[in-house]
Amino acid sequence: MKVPLSWLREYADLPAVTAHEVADKLTAAGLKLESITSHGHDVKNVVVGEVLEIEELTGFKKPIRHCKVETGEAEPRMIVCGATNFAVGDRVPVVLPGGVLPGGFAVGARKTYGRMSEGMICSERELGLGDDHNGIMVLPAGTPIGTDVVELLQLREDVIELEITPDIGYALSIRGVAREAATAFGVAFRDPADVELPTAAEPAWPASIGDPTACDRFVLREVTGFDPAAQTPLWMRVRLTRAGMRPVSLAVDVTNYLMLELGQPLHAFDREKLTGEIVVRRAAAGERLETLDHVVRELDPDDILITDQSGPISLAGTMGGLETEISGSSTDIVIEAAHFSATGISRESRRHGLVSEASKRFERGVDRELPLVASYKAVRMLAELGGATVHPGVTHAEVEVSPARIAIPAGYPGAVAGVPYSKATVVARLEHIGCVVTDGADPAVRQGGVDPTGVVTGGALAAKLAVTGDDMITVTPPSWRPDLTDPNDLAEEVIRLEGYENLPSVLPSAPAGAGLTEGQRLRRRVGRALAEGGYVEVLSYPFISPADLDRLLLPAADARRVAMRLANPLSEDEPLMRTTLLPGLLKTLVRNVGRGFSDVALFEMGPVYRPREGAPEVAPVLGVERRPSAEELASIEAALPDQPLRVAAVLAGEFERSGWWGAGRAASWADAVQAARLVAGEARVELSVSADQHEPWHPGRCAALYVGDTLVGHAGELHPRVIEAYGLPPRTAAMELELSRLEAVMPGPVETPAVSAYPVATQDVALVVPDFTPVADVEAALRDGAGELLESIRLFDVYTGEQVGEGNKSLAYTMRFRAGDRTLTVEETTAARDAAVALAADRVGAQLRT
Amino acid sequence: MSDYDPVEVTPLHADEVSRMEADAIAAIKAAADLDALKQARLAHAGDRSPIALANREIGALPPAARAEAGKRVGTARKAINEALAARQSELEAERDARVLVEETVDVTLPWDRRPRGARHPLTTLQERIADAFVAMGYEVAEGPDLEGEWFNFDALNIAKDHPARSEHDTFFVGSTDSGMVLRTQTSPVQVRALLQRELPVYVISPGKTFRTDELDATHTPVFHQTEGLAVDEGLTMAHLKGTLDRFAEVMFGKGITTRFRPNYFPFTEPSAEMDLKCFVCRGASAIPGNPPCRTCKSEGWIEWGGCGMVNPRVLIACGVDPARYSGFAFGMGIERTLMFRHNAEDMRDMVEGDVRFTLPFGMEI
Repeated sequence: MKVPLSWLREYADLPAVTAHEVADKLTAAGLKLESITSHGHDVKNVVVGEVLEIEELTGFKKPIRHCKVETGEAEPRMIVCGATNFAVGDRVPVVLPGGVLPGGFAVGARKTYGRMSEGMICSERELGLGDDHNGIMVLPAGTPIGTDVVELLQLREDVIELEITPDIGYALSIRGVAREAATAFGVAFRDPADVELPTAAEPAWPASIGDPTACDRFVLREVTGFDPAAQTPLWMRVRLTRAGMRPVSLAVDVTNYLMLELGQPLHAFDREKLTGEIVVRRAAAGERLETLDHVVRELDPDDILITDQSGPISLAGTMGGLETEISGSSTDIVIEAAHFSATGISRESRRHGLVSEASKRFERGVDRELPLVASYKAVRMLAELGGATVHPGVTHAEVEVSPARIAIPAGYPGAVAGVPYSKATVVARLEHIGCVVTDGADPAVRQGGVDPTGVVTGGALAAKLAVTGDDMITVTPPSWRPDLTDPNDLAEEVIRLEGYENLPSVLPSAPAGAGLTEGQRLRRRVGRALAEGGYVEVLSYPFISPADLDRLLLPAADARRVAMRLANPLSEDEPLMRTTLLPGLLKTLVRNVGRGFSDVALFEMGPVYRPREGAPEVAPVLGVERRPSAEELASIEAALPDQPLRVAAVLAGEFERSGWWGAGRAASWADAVQAARLVAGEARVELSVSADQHEPWHPGRCAALYVGDTLVGHAGELHPRVIEAYGLPPRTAAMELELSRLEAVMPGPVETPAVSAYPVATQDVALVVPDFTPVADVEAALRDGAGELLESIRLFDVYTGEQVGEGNKSLAYTMRFRAGDRTLTVEETTAARDAAVALAADRVGAQLRT
Repeated sequence: MSDYDPVEVTPLHADEVSRMEADAIAAIKAAADLDALKQARLAHAGDRSPIALANREIGALPPAARAEAGKRVGTARKAINEALAARQSELEAERDARVLVEETVDVTLPWDRRPRGARHPLTTLQERIADAFVAMGYEVAEGPDLEGEWFNFDALNIAKDHPARSEHDTFFVGSTDSGMVLRTQTSPVQVRALLQRELPVYVISPGKTFRTDELDATHTPVFHQTEGLAVDEGLTMAHLKGTLDRFAEVMFGKGITTRFRPNYFPFTEPSAEMDLKCFVCRGASAIPGNPPCRTCKSEGWIEWGGCGMVNPRVLIACGVDPARYSGFAFGMGIERTLMFRHNAEDMRDMVEGDVRFTLPFGMEI
């Protein structure tokens, strides 16, 4: 909302303060300053002149005039001018040499078109008054020569732009802002809607309300004999422009001006184009309307329409119809002022993608007492400015609406604030905003039901919201505050006017909490461990493309192909919610490589979205008047996808860097598996690893990761075709783990190990096994076979070659034995080792290498 | 013993002992390195050294002479041993000094074989915020990103046709009437917390949120918020202010100035916006004529987050009796907080995953 300060001052007796000071007070009241635009403060030396002589210069591409202009100085000025819309004797604004025009444009005396020009004759645009640059601004005859134009035309203006929250529709008007400003400064407010209405003898154009849920007040007034050629006065055009609206024609400008001033949207019909009685109703199936913007709109049965006997003529409160629009020749005009259902207009405006100044106001709530006043002011202005004759009648269709009334204890606002306010303060503040306050609880309060504008004012919810206590007062909010329906709404009004800045600051003592959960701690540990391990965390968007699923080579039946789809994705290419973290990580890796960082290790922790089999397609939207039942809540959860937390890592290039110390080490499948082990280690679980074939990994370099029998993820080198599809560096490796599953199996507190002080006994063994035998199986057999005396086992060499025979490999282990209660004898350790080897021979056919 | 004939033994003559001592000390001093000293020790203090041999002769002296001879030899041996020890430590010191010099390396050589990674600043900032509240007794609550419309809007008093609803540029899942959305705010966690937890509830909930904004320097469709909620008996707006003042102090240091101003959120009533006085220009840039400020865009204040008293309608939808309980809630944008706490200027950096952006933030923020 753009508010010219001069307009505001018309209705609020503000002291001599700057626009910034006004804006600060309004901000503190909840009307937040967006920006202040200053007009004309730099303008100087612009005066009224009279054109004495005009010499037409020839020989130029366009007509040029050299004018003698009387400016009230010692001598007339000679000025060159490129416009031709003025004549000798006209009074015009002249900027004298040394003068300045808006925007700091300094004007001097200079030679142009072969003549001296001492200043400039100005257009409206040059004076910062509007967009009109079609010619010189000709002032009314008789404007005194030499008068300061800055004063005359009020060139100086500050416009305060305010951000208006959706609850306070009344503040989308000068009237509403002036009321707030007057309250904030504690000065008098003059209500522009305070107009004595003449009693009407007869109705104007016939009208009725066909659907009382769509509209509860509909007013028509008429004028005849309007002069279509009448111009909008300059002051009105300037104000409209500064308030952000483009002047169009007098009739339209009057409706816009009053909408800005009062907050009541108005519509002007050409009387000649109306056919019979006007009815406000909902659309019938199949109806259409061509609106002012030349769009033919298919109407929805929920749309609110203004219709006459020819059919729809206006999309109520949103945009008028083209057929009945006033034109440059309209002389008889019907002015409509109405009060429509806020939710109805909101739905309609959204449905048609049509947000207008009118719809913005209606959906935020318009004062339902305004239509009679605003329409009256409109016809009066059309009469005064456009020579029209006001029809004495008024059409007034209305649905009875009982105003909201709210009973609260006088101490309630203070109880919400945490600082006591006296009853006198509470009552005074509520009266400032226009409420009527009476003592005692009115028993009739809140028995209403749902009013046409959709605000719940009665029923079970109202009973639950009711506040009781000592010293009850009953508050009737004013007609322009439909947002005040609940006790807390009243509390807010009192607190904000008493000043949020005056609230005390008191730290409550919350009961002792339990700190982070085990899962939350785990996530922090995992993040830290991976970061310490060389991985950089990324937070990529969870949107993926169906093409990603192909690039990952996922088979048709892969569960990761079943994804939730967005109805309105930002990019049609990426409409799916991720079912794996890898696409985002891989694209981020490629981006880093593209920027010159070829050694990259990244990780991400976040949810994937996995639709549940047989889930309903719709999550019900429940009521809000009570706590939903467990079944109702479960019905929402059933539709939502499973959203388990995953952690994934990708790496390429050198994982250990080359340097002056020698060669580095390329990132490999083993690092990816190790990253998974790192994560599992933070969860204090042991991963068991087995070879697997699982896309998008290399079929020969893919590890399935288990905790016990639970599959928790995969790791390894990516499939060469995946690497090619994403443009990744060769041998890029990746791991992805479902952290939620690790969380589920995380053991309890660590059992303190018994630390033996007895000496260790070490035995090395080398075992020959077939090439294809997984090392993990060999080691498991050795561990199981060695029994309790085994303290640790470590693979220190893998050998293939002639000595162990074709198709075999040799695995060399160091086994360390120790007992907690004695020094082991050679016989004991040898026996344990032999048992280990025997079990390995038994399970995987391992031969002791001799 | 009677047949024993004591004789004068030459090596025990005073002159002779003095000579031995002098020879020994000269040899010790002459030893140039530890090996030479070892030789000198063998020759002059070993079992077969003259002084050792002399010592053995003492028993052959007449008893009357033994004491004197013994004393003489003892003194000499002591002098020799002392000389040995002194020379030994001299030579060792020399050797150590030499070796250490020889082993000197260039410690300025780089060593980055295994560079460290880093955590994303948005993650660590969320943790820091959570920690600030955990210290006040709050617990960290969670909710899903892909959320029921009822949780995201209706239960929060944002009715279907409310203008506030269209201000949330919502991602709908499946179809626009599936009842499922990507949550546009972390506030649905308030509803979940009230439905799941026992009163009183004090929770903080950081997380991802989604709106259909195109990515640019100041917008991103996927962003992060932190939601706070306290519902207890007797909570007031003063408690809300006290909580956020404390929080601002923890995040920005003592002396930070905060401001409440009225705002509107359907799920709180009364509602407020919390502003921080710009901690760079201290508000000076808002005064016309003063130099501009990048951090607050010369507004003097930084909009930090929305807050207010939980709307009793929300409590009712969650089955909490507003006649007995009241509460407050607040929410702030993590990206914005990162922007003004750490002078991050472009949201795209937070999204793109360039390692150069993230690495300097390390493990904590």
